[in-house]
Amino acid sequence: MEKLLEVEHLTKVFTLGSLLSRIRIRAVDDVSFYIRPAEIFTLAGESGCGKTTIARIILGFEEPTAGTITYSGKRDAKNKKVWFTEGIQAIFQDPFGTFNPLRMVERYFFETIRNYRLARNQEEAIRLIDEKLKAVGLSYEEVSCKYPSEFSGGQLQRISIARALLTDPKLLVADEPVSMVDASLRMSVVNLFKKLKEEMGVSVLYITHDLATAYYVSDRIAIMFRGNIVEMGPVEKVLIRPLHPYTRLLRESIPEADPRQRWDKKITLTETEYQEYLRVGCKFAGRCPDVMEICRKEMPGYVEVDGVLVRCYKYFPS
Amino acid sequence: MNGTILRTEQLQAFYVLDIFGTRKVIKAVNGVNLEIRENEVYGIAGESGCGKSTLLKALYGAIDPPLRLMGGKVYYRINGKDVDIFSLRPDEIKGLRWEYISYVPQGSMSVLNPVIKVKETYRDFLESHVRGKTKDEIFEIAKEHIRALGLPLTVLEAYPHQLSGGMRQRVTIALAALLKPRIIIADEPTTALDVVVQRGVIQLLKGIQENLGNTIILVTHDMGVQANVADRIGIMYAGQIVEEATAGEIFGNPLHPYTRYLINSLPRFGDKGMRESVPGSPPSLANPPSGCPFHPRCPYAYQICTERMPDFFEPVAYHKVACWLMGES
Repeated sequence: MEKLLEVEHLTKVFTLGSLLSRIRIRAVDDVSFYIRPAEIFTLAGESGCGKTTIARIILGFEEPTAGTITYSGKRDAKNKKVWFTEGIQAIFQDPFGTFNPLRMVERYFFETIRNYRLARNQEEAIRLIDEKLKAVGLSYEEVSCKYPSEFSGGQLQRISIARALLTDPKLLVADEPVSMVDASLRMSVVNLFKKLKEEMGVSVLYITHDLATAYYVSDRIAIMFRGNIVEMGPVEKVLIRPLHPYTRLLRESIPEADPRQRWDKKITLTETEYQEYLRVGCKFAGRCPDVMEICRKEMPGYVEVDGVLVRCYKYFPS
Repeated sequence: MNGTILRTEQLQAFYVLDIFGTRKVIKAVNGVNLEIRENEVYGIAGESGCGKSTLLKALYGAIDPPLRLMGGKVYYRINGKDVDIFSLRPDEIKGLRWEYISYVPQGSMSVLNPVIKVKETYRDFLESHVRGKTKDEIFEIAKEHIRALGLPLTVLEAYPHQLSGGMRQRVTIALAALLKPRIIIADEPTTALDVVVQRGVIQLLKGIQENLGNTIILVTHDMGVQANVADRIGIMYAGQIVEEATAGEIFGNPLHPYTRYLINSLPRFGDKGMRESVPGSPPSLANPPSGCPFHPRCPYAYQICTERMPDFFEPVAYHKVACWLMGES
């Protein structure tokens, strides 16, 4: 099976506190996954689960403490920037923060073209920009000579995607791309990922906490909790019949847009975040309804159940 | 059916800005008629910049420049009488706040004073509203309240930064419910929270409403949350309410084209079929479109839609919709 991007045993440790009272937090703890060509892979989890840290390591903003990242068969070496970012482009969370409000939007396009030497002259550059903007449902005429404040959140996010497409990337790393976009315009961005995958064969690493759009758009999903992937597999399996108790809690906590299905069960909320990080054994043991003796002592390994990898003692053959 | 507790008549509140001598008027609330009943959760939904938060400010009587009241009235029903809040003196409005109506503002995680403990905030709060109590009695009331809502007592001894966002949000909601107000206004109480925490916050709000039997006005653009808690929902678009009905009707039988788009664009589990966003972009409230403000984005727009804003039609009992498509042809 061909793998476009492979992440193996990735670990990132942050230290908190002063010199004397150090706390070491494993924000990403031995995470491995891969993305196939023309596939949308979702990393889902709550804030503080390490999903953004993984994106930052893949994009080279952060050095991993341990582990490797392989992109189309090549390991990341020191001098990676150019060949790496030509194949992997990023889309960030806040469309209003991505663009400088005092700078015309089109200048970001020309800058990328100059950095990667994508065009020889002005006409060629404009033709390229127009082509990419058409792919996201806009055009050069609509965008030229305008400032970011003249667009809606959804439009800016699509412009941001068009900018990323300039280098013909194989993989887009999208970190919470729709969480700041209005609910009424959200689907225009999400549908675009689907279209890019189908028409241009672009893979997407979709990082989100919104499981409903994750289900709608992605092929495979990994659920993260406090630095670990606890469940990974095809979305139809993971989100329709969740195995791990944490995935089940997440899935039940999504409000269905149907007044006939309201929550009736009460839930308990977490202790503070870092206490859960420092836990030995399974990090979810403090809140898990099916907790066993062994869960508090040792973190379980992966076990495969019907094509889904899950990290829970419940599924271990006894 | 329960009696009306809050009523507005043709409420208009505009932001009037003066930028280097040019007058700019933003029509954030433009002719809203609401009738909110006792013992219900009334949800207001709409995209950002449609005037939801401004409407809440007006309902709360907090109209400060550059926001100006341009017309209309807001009535609270107090002791069987309708009271026009804009005719009250400032100190009378102040007396109503927290005891009769309380307000959980947007981003209320940051309203707690960061340099004092949560219990000091409770004390400040109680001292100004409950007379003739000693310090210890006040702490007892605070403890009792926190316990009744199922929050850990340790929050009282904590500084705000030691609490997580969800816990801070629940503390502010608890504070808003402290004096058992008849109406609680909550502006986007769950935005920017994680799904599990969001569920905890909603659980708290619901619990308070059921215990006190009061009214909650809940503003959020998250239709999933609306479906889960609201009894009736008003859909707001460009400063106006365009549709109002029970939650079951809004989700089961949406009539306004905008509401239909909103509901149909929601992804659902177990259904990977294509979902479409609302076409076009939200209108500018400084220069709203003529007639029905939705007409530039509406696929069914007629000539009349561009000329006149329709009144409410009631094609189904208690289901009001402002759309020419629903009127007699």
